[in-house]
Amino acid sequence: MTDTASHKPPAITPQVVAAHGLKPDEYDRIVAAIGRPPNLVELGVFSVMWSEHCSYKSSKKWLRQFPTTAPWVICGPGENAGVVDIGDGQAVVFKMESHNHPSFIEPYQGAATGVGGILRDVFTMGARPIANLNALRFGDPQAAKMRHLVGGVVAGIGGYGNCVGVPTVGGECTFDSAYNGNILVNAMTVGLARADRIFYARAAGVGNPVVYVGAKTGRDGIHGATMASAEFDETSEEKRPTVQVGDPFTEKLLLEACLELMATNAIVAIQDMGAAGLTSSSFEMAARGGVGIELDLSSVPTREHAMTPYEIMLSESQERMLLVLAKGREAEAAAIFRKWELDFAVVGRVTESKKIVATFAGETVLDLPVEPLADKPPLYDRPWTTIVCNSEPVPASPPGIDIGATLKRLLATPDLASKRWIWEQYDHMVMADTIARPGGDAAVVRVHGTTKGLALSSDCTPRYCYADPEMGGRQAVAECWRNLTAVGARPLAITDCLNFGNPERPEIMGELVGCIAGMAEACRALDFPVVSGNVSLYNETSGVAVKPTPQVGGVGLLDDLTTMMRSAFGGGSDSIILIGETFGHLGASLCTRLLAGRDAGPPPRVDLVAERRNGDFVRKLIDRRVLTACHDVSDGGLLVALAEMALGGHVGAVVAKPVDAANELAFWFGEDQARYILTCKSADADAILAAAGEAQVRATKLGSTGGRDLTVKGTKGISLSELQTAHEGWFPTYMAAPNQ
Amino acid sequence: MKAAVIVFPGSNCDRDIAVALGQSIGSAPTMIWHRDTELPPADLIVVPGGFSYGDYLRAGAMAAHSPIMREVVARARAGTAVLAICNGFQVATECGLLPGVLLRNSNLKFVCRDVHLRVENPFTPFTQQYDDGEVVTFPVAHHDGNYFADAETHRSLLDNDQIAFRYCDRRGGLDTSANPNGSLDNIAGIFNANKNVLGLMPHPERASDPALGGNDGRPMFESLVASLS
Amino acid sequence: MKARVHITLKPGVHDPQSKAIASALKGLGFGGFDDVRQGKYIEIDLADSDRASAERIVKEMCAKFLANPVIENYRVDIDAT
Repeated sequence: MTDTASHKPPAITPQVVAAHGLKPDEYDRIVAAIGRPPNLVELGVFSVMWSEHCSYKSSKKWLRQFPTTAPWVICGPGENAGVVDIGDGQAVVFKMESHNHPSFIEPYQGAATGVGGILRDVFTMGARPIANLNALRFGDPQAAKMRHLVGGVVAGIGGYGNCVGVPTVGGECTFDSAYNGNILVNAMTVGLARADRIFYARAAGVGNPVVYVGAKTGRDGIHGATMASAEFDETSEEKRPTVQVGDPFTEKLLLEACLELMATNAIVAIQDMGAAGLTSSSFEMAARGGVGIELDLSSVPTREHAMTPYEIMLSESQERMLLVLAKGREAEAAAIFRKWELDFAVVGRVTESKKIVATFAGETVLDLPVEPLADKPPLYDRPWTTIVCNSEPVPASPPGIDIGATLKRLLATPDLASKRWIWEQYDHMVMADTIARPGGDAAVVRVHGTTKGLALSSDCTPRYCYADPEMGGRQAVAECWRNLTAVGARPLAITDCLNFGNPERPEIMGELVGCIAGMAEACRALDFPVVSGNVSLYNETSGVAVKPTPQVGGVGLLDDLTTMMRSAFGGGSDSIILIGETFGHLGASLCTRLLAGRDAGPPPRVDLVAERRNGDFVRKLIDRRVLTACHDVSDGGLLVALAEMALGGHVGAVVAKPVDAANELAFWFGEDQARYILTCKSADADAILAAAGEAQVRATKLGSTGGRDLTVKGTKGISLSELQTAHEGWFPTYMAAPNQ
Repeated sequence: MKAAVIVFPGSNCDRDIAVALGQSIGSAPTMIWHRDTELPPADLIVVPGGFSYGDYLRAGAMAAHSPIMREVVARARAGTAVLAICNGFQVATECGLLPGVLLRNSNLKFVCRDVHLRVENPFTPFTQQYDDGEVVTFPVAHHDGNYFADAETHRSLLDNDQIAFRYCDRRGGLDTSANPNGSLDNIAGIFNANKNVLGLMPHPERASDPALGGNDGRPMFESLVASLS
Repeated sequence: MKARVHITLKPGVHDPQSKAIASALKGLGFGGFDDVRQGKYIEIDLADSDRASAERIVKEMCAKFLANPVIENYRVDIDAT
C-alpha cells in the first residue's frame, strides 16, 4: 500500500517532507530540535504531531482567551475531555470533536468513526458515556451528492451510537451553500464518572508496563491526522484510503472492558489511540507525565502482513487504547480483556529518559525527545484582518405581507423544518434515562439512579458568525446557555468545536479571532467556562471556505428533575408571556433569507447583561414551579417559537402584538436575543409580570393558549395541522426525492 | 419470582430491563454472561435488546448459536417463561424458539419512536394484566423489526392465538401507517404455541417509568410477577 | 443480459463483520479455513445486448454509485443469458 513497505526507506527529500504536510522551515526546526535529520519514521511522527489537528499551531495563541476555570471545574482543556463536578461525588465528562473531511469522502463510515472517537475520549477518562449529541452542517439541499451525504452521515451516526448503546439525544442540522464542498460533522459525548475516579493521560512510574488494548492495528488512515488539516481540492476523492471502517461492536466491548479495569486500581494512565494513533498517545502521555516511553513495535498486535514501523506508528485503526499499568497488574488486566475477547499486549515501559524510543525486530527505528514534539510545536501568529460587520440594509419586505403564510413558509425551510427524520434514526432512549427527548430546547438525561438531570445542548448560528464573527461567537455561547436555562438547568460549562477555513488567509484568521473573542466574552459574562474543545481548520475547497462555525456544546445541571420545564404548551387557557426586549431585528434572520433570498445585514446584538438577567429570572420562575412551559426564542423569531410550542403540545394560541411594537413582520420574525416565551396558569400571570418588573426584566403578555389554531390577532389563524404538515413535511419529502 | 437476564457481548438493554424488572419483582435479576453454560434456576429468563455480536451477518444470528442459548432453549421447552425483547426477539427466531424471521425495516432505516400496540391475547402469563384489545404505548428502536412468516406459519399463529401485540393507531385501528417497519399483519410480538415464550420488538422496559414518558410496560412485568411467583 | 456485481471491502480495510463471522464459525467447531470475506451482491438486468458496452456501463455504475472506491473493490461478471 505504501512504498515504505520495502526495506529500504526513501531518502528524506524536500518532496518527502512536503508530502508529509510540513513546510521547509518546519523541517529546519525539526533538524534543529533533534540535532540531526530525522529518519522516515521520525518524520512521519513529526508530521502528525505538528499537524494543525494535534498541535493547534494556528489557534493556540487565541484559545488562551477562553476562561477555563470555575469552582465546579475539575479538569479543563488539555486532557481527553473536560470534567465538571455535579455534586454527590459525581462528575460529568464531555467533549466535542469534528470528523468533517472523512464524512465528506465516505459519509457513513466517516460519521460513524467520528462518534467512536469522541466516545473513547470520554470513557478513557473513566466515565460511562450517557449521551451523544451532534451538529451537522450540510450544503445547499439541491447541491450534487447532498442527499447522499445527509443520508449517509445520519445513518453512520445512528449505526455507531445505536450499536454501542449510548442514546443520541440532541443536535443541530442546517443547510447553507457555504458547506457544499465541506460538510461539517461535529459529535459530542457526555459521560458520567465518580469525581474521585477520573483517569488521566499522564504516564508515570518508571518501569511500569505500557499496554496496548482493543482492536488490532491495520494500515488504516495512515496520515489521517494530516489529511484532517489539509485543504481539499478536486483530487481529494482520489487520495488513498484514509477513511476507516468503524466497529461499534468492538467499541462496546472496549468500553465495558476499560470500565471494568478502571474499577480496580491497576491503571496509572490511559489514552485513546485516535487520530495519529500510537504516536500521539505515547508522546502525549509521556509529555504530560514528564517521563519517557520505550516501545517494542514488534509486539503491537497487527491485522495485516508485514507492517512497517512507519505504518504501526502512524496507523489510525479505530477502537484501540494505550494504557500504563501499575507494575505487577498485567495478568489481572489481561484476564479482563480476554474475557471481552480483545487484544492485550505489553508493548513497552515507562522510562525516565523523557524520550520515546521505539524498536522493531531488535533495531531502534525511532528515538525522539518528547518535549519538542508534544509541547513545542511551531506556533503561528498568523496575520489576520478584522472582519467588518455586514451592514447591508435589510431589503424592504413587500407591503401587506401575510404573517400566517410567512410563518408557514418559514417552518418548511430546511433550517427550521422538523428534524424528526434524523432523530428517529437515532436510538435516543436506550439506557432508559432520557427525560427530555430530541426536538425541544435542551435534551435532558437523568443521572442514573438519582433525581438529578443533565441538560445538554449544541448550538451555533453560522450566518451570524459570518456577518459579524465577534457577535456570532457571543451568540453561540449565549444561545446554548439560554437553551439550558429554558429547561430549568443551571448552565455549568461548554465544550467547543471551532470549524473554519484556511487559517493562512488573513480573513479566515480574522473570523477565528473574532469568534473566539466573542465566545470568550460571553463565557466570562455567563460564568460558563470552556473545559474541552477541538479546532478544525482548512474546511475549504478550491478557495471556498465554510462559514465560520464555532459550535458550542453545553452542559447544565437540574438538581431536581421534577422542576424540569418543557417547551410544549401544557394545556389550554394558559397565559403566554414574552421575556426580554423585542427590537424587531431582521438583519441576518431566516425571515430575511426567505424573503430576500439572501443573508443581509448585521446579526442581532447580544447584550450579555440582559442575557444573564433574563435567564436568571426565568430559571427562578422554573424553580418556583409557576410555569407550564418555557421556550427560548432563536432562529425564526417569536412566531416560529410560538408555533413550535403549539405543535409540541397540540394546543393552539391567540396572540397579539403590543401596540407600541415594531412593524408586524419585524415583531414576529425578528431574531432579537435574550428572549424566552413562558406560559403559566392565567391566575399567576400578574404575579409573574410584577416579579419581572421588580427584577427589571422586560415582560410582555402576548395572549393565551387554546384551540386548534395559531392566530395572530387581526389576521386569519392557521390550523395546527396545516403548520404541522409544513413543518414535518420538508425533510422526508427532500430525502424521498430522486438523487440528482 | 427469580429472573435471569442473559448478557451477550453487544447487549445494551440489559441494564434497562434489570432496572424495570427489579422494580416489579422487588429484587435485582441475576445477570448471566453468555459464556456461562450454567443457568441458575429461574422462573423467568430475559433475552434483552442490543446488538449481540454487533448483529453482524444477521441480527441475532451469532447469539443464537452461543452455548447459553442451547440452555435457554432447553429451559423454554421445559416450560420456563422466556421474554425476548427486540434483539432478543431476533435471537429467539434465529434459534427456533419462535417461528418466523425479522427482516430489515421496510424503509431500510433504523426507527426509534413511540408506537401504539393493541393487546391481542391477554390470557397469558405476560399479558394477564392488560385488557383484550387495550391500546398501549411502547417505544421501538430497531433496524430489523419487519416480522415475516410464510402463509402457513401465519395461519397457525392466528389459529393458536399466538399473536401478542399488533401495531395500531391510537384508537386500535390496524392501518398500515401505524406499522413502523412493514411487519406482516402489523405483528409486533408473538408467543410460542405454549405461551411461555414472548418475543416482541417494542421495549416494555422503556415504558415502565412515568418520568420517561410512559408506564404501559409495567403491567407486563406485574403480570409476570403475579403468574410466576 | 445480466450483470452480477460483487462488492467487497478492499484488502487492508478493517472488516469487522468478516472477523466476527470467522470467529463465530470457529466457535461452532468449523475449521479448515483461514479467512472470511463478506460483501454485497447485486444483479442487474440489462437491456443492452452488447457485452462490452454493458460491462462498461456497469463498471461506471460501480465507480460512481454502487461501490465507494475509497474503501470498496468491485467485480463485474456479465452473463449472456
